[in-house]
Amino acid sequence: MIIETDRSDRGGAEALHRYELDGAYDEMFSAVDHPRKQYRPLHNLLLHLGRDELERSKHEADQSFFNQGITFTVYGNDKGTERIFPHDLLPRIITAAEWEKIERGLTQRITALNLFLKDVYNEGKIIEDGVVPGSIVYTCKHYRREMRNVKVPRDVYTTVVGTDLIRNPQGNFVVLEDNLRVPSGVSYMLTSRRVMKQIFPGLFQKCGVRPIEQYSQVLLSTLRSFAPEGRSEPTVVLLTPGSYNSAYFEHTYLARQMGIELVEGRDLVVHDNIVYMRTTFGLQRVDVIYRRIDDDYLDPLVFGNGSSLGAVGLFNAYRAGNVAFANAVGTGVADDKAIYAFVPQIIRYYLDQDPILENVETLLMSDRGQRDHVCQNLEEYVVKAVGESGGYGMLIGPHSTEQQRSEFRQKIYAEPRNYIAQPTINLSTAPCFVDGIIEPRHVDLRPYVLYGEKITIVPGGLTRVALRKGSLVVNSSQGGGSKDTWVLQN
Amino acid sequence: MLSRVADSLYWMSRYFERADNASRVLKATYGLILNPAKFSTEERWFHAVSSLAPGGASNKVDPQHALFLLVADPEGSFSIVNCIKGARENARQVREEISSEMWEHLNRLFHDVTGSELQPEDDAGAMRVVSLVREGSYRFNGITAATMNHDEAWHFIQLGKYIERACNICVMLDAYFDIGKHPDDLDWVGLLSSCAAFEAYCKACTAELRPERIANFLLLKAEFPYSVRYSVDRMHEALTGISDLSLSRRTENVERLMGRLRSKVTYAQIDEIIGGLHQYLAAIIEQCRELHAAVHELYIEYPIEVAFQN
Repeated sequence: MIIETDRSDRGGAEALHRYELDGAYDEMFSAVDHPRKQYRPLHNLLLHLGRDELERSKHEADQSFFNQGITFTVYGNDKGTERIFPHDLLPRIITAAEWEKIERGLTQRITALNLFLKDVYNEGKIIEDGVVPGSIVYTCKHYRREMRNVKVPRDVYTTVVGTDLIRNPQGNFVVLEDNLRVPSGVSYMLTSRRVMKQIFPGLFQKCGVRPIEQYSQVLLSTLRSFAPEGRSEPTVVLLTPGSYNSAYFEHTYLARQMGIELVEGRDLVVHDNIVYMRTTFGLQRVDVIYRRIDDDYLDPLVFGNGSSLGAVGLFNAYRAGNVAFANAVGTGVADDKAIYAFVPQIIRYYLDQDPILENVETLLMSDRGQRDHVCQNLEEYVVKAVGESGGYGMLIGPHSTEQQRSEFRQKIYAEPRNYIAQPTINLSTAPCFVDGIIEPRHVDLRPYVLYGEKITIVPGGLTRVALRKGSLVVNSSQGGGSKDTWVLQN
Repeated sequence: MLSRVADSLYWMSRYFERADNASRVLKATYGLILNPAKFSTEERWFHAVSSLAPGGASNKVDPQHALFLLVADPEGSFSIVNCIKGARENARQVREEISSEMWEHLNRLFHDVTGSELQPEDDAGAMRVVSLVREGSYRFNGITAATMNHDEAWHFIQLGKYIERACNICVMLDAYFDIGKHPDDLDWVGLLSSCAAFEAYCKACTAELRPERIANFLLLKAEFPYSVRYSVDRMHEALTGISDLSLSRRTENVERLMGRLRSKVTYAQIDEIIGGLHQYLAAIIEQCRELHAAVHELYIEYPIEVAFQN
């Protein structure tokens, strides 16, 4: 725990002396030695803290993560070495005004994307009207034909969304990616808050940080709102692929926080289109499944591939309306990176509004002109495979070698529909405590959006950090870490 | 509760109790071999190994190797380190069912005992693991009792713990009473210490160490936590707790087996048993096995058709 004192210049800015600003928007400093208003209490504290105290706090935080078992397994090692999820000691701070805009923008976006999903799996008006080409929709890797004309409770497809936002050099938040399938990371948001409260109690009070601890209650009531009709005391379960999944910690954490059963496919039995779980009391009916496994593994009868992670007959029970899934099947069509390019049009089409949060400019490689332009200037672009996530299948132009570029050029020409390109964006930087000093590192922001009877966004999110100096990749699989995110009261 | 979860809780508890038991036996044995007596060090280790790993002991036990074998042998399913791994692996599968405090404690214990790889000659290192588990187990049992609801999950944990304990005590008694030469006082102290029973025994029966009294105490003393009788009573409580909750299940078979086992330790008298002690102990172990199988079939792996008939 850090106790603030009035001892002023001891160590004075010892850890801060090498903080250099570059072209990116810095979350803490508007200019050298000019901290932004919301960061002043933190800045002040950092000036007064010695390196030793920071090291000690970092160690204390690490220990707390370790003892809580907030670890992930490092694969390729039969001893199953466990590491703690990399995290940074210093909070990322967002003002009330900034948050208000994020909240409105995400609500608008998620509302529109759900209308889009309902449309493409039913009448397909947006395609008929020529706003989004059918050739792109129907070729999406995650488009699920089986979902055509399936009635989804409340017409809500995306119960849980984790949208990735970045802040551009002008200081505006823009949307980088919509994660509409099974977004993860929320447990890191919740547990790192718990740890930070132990470490910075004084700073917490001084800043007036909005709470996020209600997330689990909101999630539970959101999930319950999807129960089939007539099931007044619905049984909600969380379906996990099992303890070897890298997000297993999160599954257990959420199940416990909500007080619901954490089931695996082998716990489920479908009989006459009703889903049951095998309990010591006998079979018990299941009404809502918060599934944390991908569409493809839900039901081997429908999606093939002999998976044993789901259960046979699950999809028929779903289609019959006897059980609800969160998220619905087939939502991946709306977070395909080629569809992403059309989201501003999608918002205008369904809501007749201008998007509050902008997109990053996106070039479709299926378009000849755009493709030729990008392929000639690959070193300026980030190229992404449309159906991938987690930072896989990606080329970061400015950091790439000639060989990587030529490989990607070939891939793009071979399968143009499968790639998009975006100009390289200098993500904003935030202060991080790395190797004994405080330096800027690039960050993004993933708030979590819950959609049940209405849309709720818990004020906060996961700030992901590219812990390697200069790196723009924040994915945990690629050397990224996390930070606690504080949204201020006012 | 999910059947799979009940099964994991049960095994978490059994493995933990097994590690706890091994740590008690090793602590007592290690204390004993420091004293000269009519038994050689080899013979003493032989007792220890056969108390812990039935069938795992050959006649020749290399004392240098025995401690390593029982503490850290990566192959041995009964070594302390492997039991702690087993307990933690089961706990990991049901983290949402146990309290955070239980998980944190077990997880820390796991990292402490597996943190450095133990070498066969390192007696001090092995004894450090033994001490960690000794202290860790009292704390784990305390944390478990204090931080979770005493509901179905708790009953499965209790059931696992006491079925394991009852069997372990029987194996241990068998190993000590099966010795050709009569053990001396020191060995009886060793047996009692292996069950954390020395002080409790002295209080109840004075420090006079008589084999029948010791057998009576460890088998039939209803008030002592490391006796077979006490363990069987707790198993009965746990099963009653579980079946009270799961009203509709057909529990006749489990009840019958539990009743039979209970009467075997409740209405027995030591002078009737002591002559055929080996058979008596073997029967208790066998009945525990049958009970385990019946519980598994009733609550964990029941056929679907049966579930729809109920």
